[in-house]
Amino acid sequence: MCETTTKQPEIKVATGDRAILPEGAKTIPIFVMGKQYQVPETLTIMKAMEFAGFKFLRGAGCRGGICGACPTVYRMAGDYKLHFGLACQTVVQANMYLAQIPFFPANRASYNIEEMNAAAEGIQALYPEIFRCVACNLCTKACPMEVKVMDYIAALKQGNIEKAARLSFDCIQCGLCASRCMGEIPQYHVAQLARRIFAKFIQPRFEHLVSRVKEIESGKYDQMLDELTKMDHETLKKIYVEREREPDLSTLGAWKPKETQYL
Amino acid sequence: MKISYYPGCTLKLKAKNLELAGLASLKALGIDVEEMDRWNCCGAVYSLTDDDLIHHVGPVRNLVRAKERGADKLVTLCSMCYNTLARANQLMKTDVVKRDTINRFMDDEIDYAGEVEVIHYLTLLEEHVGWDKIKAKVKAPLTDLKVAPYYGCTLQRPQDVGIEPMGSFRLMTRLLEAIGATVVPFNSSDKCCGSYQVLNAPAGDNDAAANVLKAANQAGIEALATSCPLCEYNLGKQQEQFLAKSKITAHVPTFYFTQLLAMALGVSPEVCHFELNDIRSLQLLEAKNIQAAA
Repeated sequence: MCETTTKQPEIKVATGDRAILPEGAKTIPIFVMGKQYQVPETLTIMKAMEFAGFKFLRGAGCRGGICGACPTVYRMAGDYKLHFGLACQTVVQANMYLAQIPFFPANRASYNIEEMNAAAEGIQALYPEIFRCVACNLCTKACPMEVKVMDYIAALKQGNIEKAARLSFDCIQCGLCASRCMGEIPQYHVAQLARRIFAKFIQPRFEHLVSRVKEIESGKYDQMLDELTKMDHETLKKIYVEREREPDLSTLGAWKPKETQYL
Repeated sequence: MKISYYPGCTLKLKAKNLELAGLASLKALGIDVEEMDRWNCCGAVYSLTDDDLIHHVGPVRNLVRAKERGADKLVTLCSMCYNTLARANQLMKTDVVKRDTINRFMDDEIDYAGEVEVIHYLTLLEEHVGWDKIKAKVKAPLTDLKVAPYYGCTLQRPQDVGIEPMGSFRLMTRLLEAIGATVVPFNSSDKCCGSYQVLNAPAGDNDAAANVLKAANQAGIEALATSCPLCEYNLGKQQEQFLAKSKITAHVPTFYFTQLLAMALGVSPEVCHFELNDIRSLQLLEAKNIQAAA
């Protein structure tokens, strides 16, 4: 997951993944896997760990709070309560005890989506462990995205795939829910299956998408793309700068381009 | 007074016939109940292990949701949901130490101390509609249908949460009489159907269920009425095998009592989803000429 470098670099340069401590900046103590480090306040956990010398080989991804690679568990000194967050989004606090849980083993069922259907029984058969839920709600408390995890598991027990798909929409597959489940349910895999089933078998098909794909396959845009790829740099620049553009804040549907042959 | 409705997971899938017929009947009777907007599994079985409090969290969370929404009563249809919710409610009312432990564990919810009353649909019918009113609303009386109430285990046990005392089957009897059926005395209304213990047994081996049906055969009963999906499954789904093994002498179609009520009130048979029961259940009603006057 990560390792500490024994030797600090001699010259610190701002490379984008390493915080440089400004003159006189206040530092606070945090505890990473039990060991104390002095880190500048206002940094995220991820930046603070890198400041302390940790290097992320895995357990870091988009650094923008959406890939789910950097889930972190922490406690504040003297408090029994567990807290959860993404290392790239959560700002350090003094006397925070933390550890990264970049991955948590969770059973993922294999299935052929083409052989599934809109019935919830299919999901229940692939993941019978959802019936081990005792409604303790620790999954929901662990979710860094504030997804109502217990509620979507309950929805699937009730056969309501659409509700489960909608409730779990913000899931980033970090796995913290599964790490806390006494029923050993792999909630995030179950939710992903629910969203796939919903999208494929329940949600109405978008007909305009089908017709657009047909247009593309019929070769309607091939010639234009060929011309673009063969175009010299200067011409490309020129047509880009001169391109028609919808004015900012124009009323929805009010603007139409003059060139309509590709619409 | 606000009455919240707790459906239960099974009623949304395998026992749709219990729920949809029940809701359509309430509508026909002019009773307004609101399904809870957020609910989870009732717990299915009430844990009897003294220190096993985690299995009470599920039912209590539902009671908390009902309290949050300002419900005075929580009505359920499924016998097992009723039993689990009512017993968890009793625990929260009477056992201060366990109540505090459960409330402290559920620190993401408001505290609960048994404020909501859990009632069964049959109790709702008696207390909020009345048998006379039901009788007056009947459009297609179940004339000549020889039926007996089948309570199974969980409607009456234990005594402090039972919908009526052990040995009494007054509520469902009064209902069946109100809708014009002939209620036949039955000695096996509270005998066990085999419950979960038999689900892995080969079809036709469940003597608990076979004995109930045999007693019905001997009493000249044509149909049984129940409110429990597990009872309906054990009694209703293996009658071919029981017949083949000569454990029973004739089919005894099993109905949810809500289906009989709905038919008598003139609700369309499609709403009652008889295809989820044994095929003979609808055939029996047709043979008795029980149809909505429309």
